[in-house]
Amino acid sequence: MTDRALAVVRAGALTTVQDLGRPGHAHLGVPRAGALDGPAAALVNRLVGNPPEAAVLEATLNGCSLRPRSAVTVAVGGAPCPVRVDGRPVAWGAPVRVPAGALLDVGSALRGVRSYVGVSGGITVEPVLGSRSTDLLSGLGPAPLTDGTVLPLGSPTHLHARVDVAPQPAPPTELVLRVTLGPRDDWFTPEAVRVFTSRTYRVSPAGNRIGLRTEGPALERARPGELPSEGMVLGAVQVPPDGRPVVFLADHPTTGGYPVIAVVRTEDLAAAAQAVPGTPVRFLGVRRR
Amino acid sequence: MSMRALPVGDAALLVEVSSGEEAQALHAELLRRRAEGSLSVREIVPAARTVLLDGLTDPARLAAELSVADIPPAPPRARAVVELPVRYDGPDLADVAAHWGVAPHEVARIHAATEFSVAFCGFAPGFGYLTGLPERYDVPRRATPRTAVPAGAVALAGPYTGVYPRSSPGGWQLIGTTEAVLWDHARVPAALLSPGTRVRFVPVGAVGA
Repeated sequence: MTDRALAVVRAGALTTVQDLGRPGHAHLGVPRAGALDGPAAALVNRLVGNPPEAAVLEATLNGCSLRPRSAVTVAVGGAPCPVRVDGRPVAWGAPVRVPAGALLDVGSALRGVRSYVGVSGGITVEPVLGSRSTDLLSGLGPAPLTDGTVLPLGSPTHLHARVDVAPQPAPPTELVLRVTLGPRDDWFTPEAVRVFTSRTYRVSPAGNRIGLRTEGPALERARPGELPSEGMVLGAVQVPPDGRPVVFLADHPTTGGYPVIAVVRTEDLAAAAQAVPGTPVRFLGVRRR
Repeated sequence: MSMRALPVGDAALLVEVSSGEEAQALHAELLRRRAEGSLSVREIVPAARTVLLDGLTDPARLAAELSVADIPPAPPRARAVVELPVRYDGPDLADVAAHWGVAPHEVARIHAATEFSVAFCGFAPGFGYLTGLPERYDVPRRATPRTAVPAGAVALAGPYTGVYPRSSPGGWQLIGTTEAVLWDHARVPAALLSPGTRVRFVPVGAVGA
């Protein structure tokens, strides 16, 4: 039986295919995309013996249900959640064998936002510009999953060491994001910069794969006018006219005209991807490395 | 050329210059350095007055190098001109004509007589910000953006002309329509326009038809 495919029985609120993304095309207006919680995606790949570039599923808040057409090894990581095979509870954060035709149910996140499902062989939808990632800003890559979608799977390689269990960080109860100021901190009053790095914000429910939105004290500009469009990086903290900082995540636009007050360290963005709405956020000013 | 290199996070630099021409010259020089192997960087993203370099191992060293670098003017453009057939039938043609102080058919004539170049891309894959019109033809964005601008719409905002690669919301002034395919990820290259591409709009059909 070589029918390596995965049928989507319940797509969930938002489940997308993600890999390492498509960096290197920003000059054409192409966002990088890729798994928001990179370490979690890397871990589920390791757990099923996949190479790091294999595509996984990123589920949001309420999981998804999948029926493989041939026996596969899966691992669920990222946001902790109940995992069941044909109704029987199985391990989260560890490799699990799912027989052909059995129903794998990835439940709602108990904590955190995004659960990752690694499948032996990886999801092998057609790549676009070298990546299988769904990009919700530009629409590149496969559409978000819908009930009934059938996803092709690759052949397991078994070339990579499989690990049986691995520690994963808990989703944050308080999100501390280390930032280096600039490049446009001079567009804000000294008081606004002080407020930004000392007061507590909260994660807004309006966030998505493009950016983590925050609620909290508005940051006052020191100068009027518009900034000509300029290139944006992952982790840029852009401040739109409402004064509330937005942290750019993987599907962020490649250029933008609102001033960037600071940039979040890349290592801290995985926790940002798992912070539920209402989580307190502090921006901690650090020196550039 | 006076440059200001602003650090962005731990691995990027935003190099600011004083004009769009200087940004294009700096972009050309950085591409040349990357091609010859003297610059290692993941992304080089030109924009209106800046060039962003992302994925640098030592941004401070590059900033120091650039502070004393002599950036030559952008080299003469050897690349062929991309011709985009356009029907000047946009719903904002009359508004643009009013801003310019000319008749609607004059908008088409002036626009089609201009050689553009892609200053930078952004907004959507394959969307180029084209410069070439004299400053007196700058137009504001529309006060209320449209919820859906069709793919192929040729539009103006500020100093730029752009062509919408796919249907999307937009606040630019629509002057025409092209059937050219700006973006096709199954094509190599996927983007018809990339920074530095020269562009001409070639009218088809009657103005306002």
